[in-house]
Amino acid sequence: MNLLRPNAPATAFAAAMAALAIAATPAAFAQSAPKLKVGLMLPATGTFAALGTAIENGFKLYVSEQGGKLSGREIEFVKVDDESEPSKATDNINKLIKRDNVDVVIGSVHSGVAMAMAKVAKDTGTLLIVPNAGADAVTGAMCAPNIFRSSFSNWQPGYAMGEVMAKKGIKTAVSITWKYAAGDESVKGFKDGFEKGGGKVVKELSLPFPGVEFQALLTEIAATKPDAVYTFFAGGGAVKFVKDYAAAGLKKTIPLYGAGFLTDGTLEAQGADADGILTALHYGDSLTVPRDASFRLSYAKTYKLQPDVYAVQGYDAAQMLAVGLAAVKGDLSKKAEFAAAVEKTKIDSPRGPFMVSKAHNPVQDFYLRQVVGKENKVIGIASKALADPSRGCKA
Amino acid sequence: MGLATFLIQCLNSLQYGLLLFLVASGLTLIFGIMGVINLAHGSFYMIGAYMAFALSPIVASTFGGSFFTVLTVGLVLAVLLGYVLEWAFYSYLYEREHLQQVLMTYGLILVFEELRSLLVGDDVHGVKVPDLLAGLLPLGELMTYPVYRLFISAVCIALALGMLFVFTRTRLGMMIRAGSTGTAQREMVQSLGIDIKFLYRVVFAAGVAIAALAGMVAAPVSSVYPGMGSSVLIICFVVVVIGGIGSIRGALVAALLIGFVDTFGKVLMPQVAGVLVYVLMALILLWKPDGLFKAG
Amino acid sequence: MKLTLSSKAIFVLAAFGVLAAYPLFAGKFGIDLVNKIMVFAVFALSLELLVGGTGLVCFGQAAFFGIGAYATVLLSAQADAPSVGWLLPAATGAAALYALGVGALSLRTKGVYFIMVTLAFAQMAYYVVHDTPLGGGTDGIYLTAKPVLGAFIDLNKPLVLYAFTLATLAAVFVFLAVLSRSRFGRALAGIRVNEQRMRATGFSTYPYKLAAFTVSGGIAGIAGFLFAVKDGFVNPELMSWHFSGSVLIMIILGGIGHLRGALVGAFAFALLQELFQSEALFGSFAKHWQLGLGLAIIASVALLPRGLVGLPAQWKERLVGRASRRAETAEVNP
Repeated sequence: MNLLRPNAPATAFAAAMAALAIAATPAAFAQSAPKLKVGLMLPATGTFAALGTAIENGFKLYVSEQGGKLSGREIEFVKVDDESEPSKATDNINKLIKRDNVDVVIGSVHSGVAMAMAKVAKDTGTLLIVPNAGADAVTGAMCAPNIFRSSFSNWQPGYAMGEVMAKKGIKTAVSITWKYAAGDESVKGFKDGFEKGGGKVVKELSLPFPGVEFQALLTEIAATKPDAVYTFFAGGGAVKFVKDYAAAGLKKTIPLYGAGFLTDGTLEAQGADADGILTALHYGDSLTVPRDASFRLSYAKTYKLQPDVYAVQGYDAAQMLAVGLAAVKGDLSKKAEFAAAVEKTKIDSPRGPFMVSKAHNPVQDFYLRQVVGKENKVIGIASKALADPSRGCKA
Repeated sequence: MGLATFLIQCLNSLQYGLLLFLVASGLTLIFGIMGVINLAHGSFYMIGAYMAFALSPIVASTFGGSFFTVLTVGLVLAVLLGYVLEWAFYSYLYEREHLQQVLMTYGLILVFEELRSLLVGDDVHGVKVPDLLAGLLPLGELMTYPVYRLFISAVCIALALGMLFVFTRTRLGMMIRAGSTGTAQREMVQSLGIDIKFLYRVVFAAGVAIAALAGMVAAPVSSVYPGMGSSVLIICFVVVVIGGIGSIRGALVAALLIGFVDTFGKVLMPQVAGVLVYVLMALILLWKPDGLFKAG
Repeated sequence: MKLTLSSKAIFVLAAFGVLAAYPLFAGKFGIDLVNKIMVFAVFALSLELLVGGTGLVCFGQAAFFGIGAYATVLLSAQADAPSVGWLLPAATGAAALYALGVGALSLRTKGVYFIMVTLAFAQMAYYVVHDTPLGGGTDGIYLTAKPVLGAFIDLNKPLVLYAFTLATLAAVFVFLAVLSRSRFGRALAGIRVNEQRMRATGFSTYPYKLAAFTVSGGIAGIAGFLFAVKDGFVNPELMSWHFSGSVLIMIILGGIGHLRGALVGAFAFALLQELFQSEALFGSFAKHWQLGLGLAIIASVALLPRGLVGLPAQWKERLVGRASRRAETAEVNP
């Protein structure tokens, strides 16, 4: 090729590329209507897809109960599928905040995704309400005045279950979970509660998220012969684990306990394999909380489904947003007043009233539930007004 | 580790290794005979698993059939798919460089994943174990071993023996072995009157069908989920490379080796279990840069 | 012969000019996006040295990128606002060190085995950060304080980071351009064209290949550093084989054998992704964007054998016919 001949097509090509680049990336536009843009970053695909849908349903139910407006501002939703992928999380939330200019971000389910989101929210000062992901860091090391959580911290249900198991006289336990933040922290909480009550965790088993090849580990459990097994799984993985546990014949010989996600939203698929399993969670079926009755009725009527803990968390995330918005009269730039309002208000939740801690994590009762038929029947209280230690939060 | 546990873990290793062998054998055949690096091979496994899930209601209502009917229907569909794919796409890859093959089949993976997403959605599904095989074999005092997993191993062994028979005792097998990579060899075989195009199509369809069958058979124990093709693909490449490209015997030995290393690794050293397989591959390649066995 | 700037040089200078001027009329998201693409361009350049310059198809380049990124985060955890002055060389060095090790072992194999071995070593690195406590597991780790260079270059500010990335990209480009014209670069080209012949003339090819591999790994580490600083968050997927595959696609899309091909390819690939994900164009079908991308990849490999950079030549051939094609030589073009 003659190096010295000027090449019009090439230069034109460069210009075209540049133009395409500019066209594909919209410049920031001016703040327009008083609509409140809510960015929903939830999984629509993958093992947690059902959880994402339930959260969205719960959130939208509250908004529609208020007539589609909060503090006089109409709510506009922008959705992003986070696929429960931490590697894409930063890009996804950047799209919501910088490209779509949302006023508040609601998300996510997966703890790893939420951690990436918390970092961006902390750096940009955007309001973030986490309706599920229990990563301790979100209200721990990464805590911030503009980050709230309407669900739980991974430590909480594990601790509650550990306490209960120790009180029952169980001496040795094996834990099994996915090897990621949520699994590790849940087991840590369990260990804290269990060993405080005199128990000993003899083995901690794990497999990569979201793997479901449990066979080798189930064999390991059988060989170790503990008094009980504590587990944390959720969504599709929870379904498979409970079934595999029963299929390996362990259900009859080594009782299975877990954080409530093991049996929440999964009983239909698990069938008889889940009967009798005891779990600890901040919600359950057959609660006697008055707000719960009206919530369940309303949810069932709207979505033709029974609600689960995820729907409640989505519902409460909307409540927290409403409380804060009312206090600042719709002006989200008043961050300090927003935070102060949420911190001192008791949220009237279907799970029972709760308040958030200084680090913005719910301080709530954890119920002991047992699977009876297709329900997680509440048979007692595992831990009253349990607060997460919020390690590392400098709020 | 007690003797009973050790034996059970051996059974687990065997089952995993045999399943890997099934998928990897198709890959090594396609590579060894047609010289095509097919990154989309994991997708055939995934397609098989999704077929097991999606076909059961359809088969149940049309034929009133069971799991085995689903397997047969799925197998037929997979052969057809393989045939069409080879004719429409893969036959153009034979003359291209490896890099181009890698990238074009990588693009194909994306296409398959999205087609699956469009047709069946992105949810995680379970496939029910057929009642006939849903029993539990008591092993030791605390554990039972699912009969179905023994069935999986049995299917793999049966197929392996079948392949061995076809290769060493039939005319087709002879033609396949003759038509291995290399344009010169290809032309020689053609000049002997053997239709190489047809041969390649058959081999490819067989490779696809075997991988799909592996997916169908594995579906009840591994669940059906979107990323399953990727996870099996990389391990299969390791199997093929360790075993020696084009060698079925090598694929079997390598697959079993990996089955054991991976299973026992997960139990004894969970933190390094993932790395072990690759360390094994690196070590073997440093000792034998062309894999353990020669093609054939 | 009149001394004019070659068309290629004009193209490259124009491209850098556009990139430099871009922040003047782009929004926050645009700056963020183009910054990310420039990081990928550095990454693509590192692979171009191996594939286009030396003929070594490496399917594990993401490992060096990831190591650079993880080294940045892990090493800076000790200091508040660490200095780029030592952090960047440290990250680059870590990646280059791993590349040296991998290269020393992999270069004993050839062809498809080489491709697979490089993949295997990348997977090893992946599993180390994925499964062991070293890397913070599957959720990754944070960079708590962004690095600074001197008193006034605070990489916490997006515009400063953008300028820094652009400068780094330009520096890497110039470095590789100079390298390809040097004796070392010509040796690599010789190895790519016919290694057997090189060895027959008494040339020892292994040290050259190893050197190229190490340098390439180091540059990928630089890209990893830039990525870690930009996002403040690293996770194992940075070392996944999908990412190694993506960067291979970038350079083949752009055009192998040309440095500007790596630039063009990185932009084209990222923009293609944005294009197919655009809900404005595809509505709800946008969530199946990988379908379009997959088809685009297949089409570009099949129809654009010389990549986008070779498009002008392809058009010219179609217009002028076979005569001009015979006149062209298969020389190496930076």
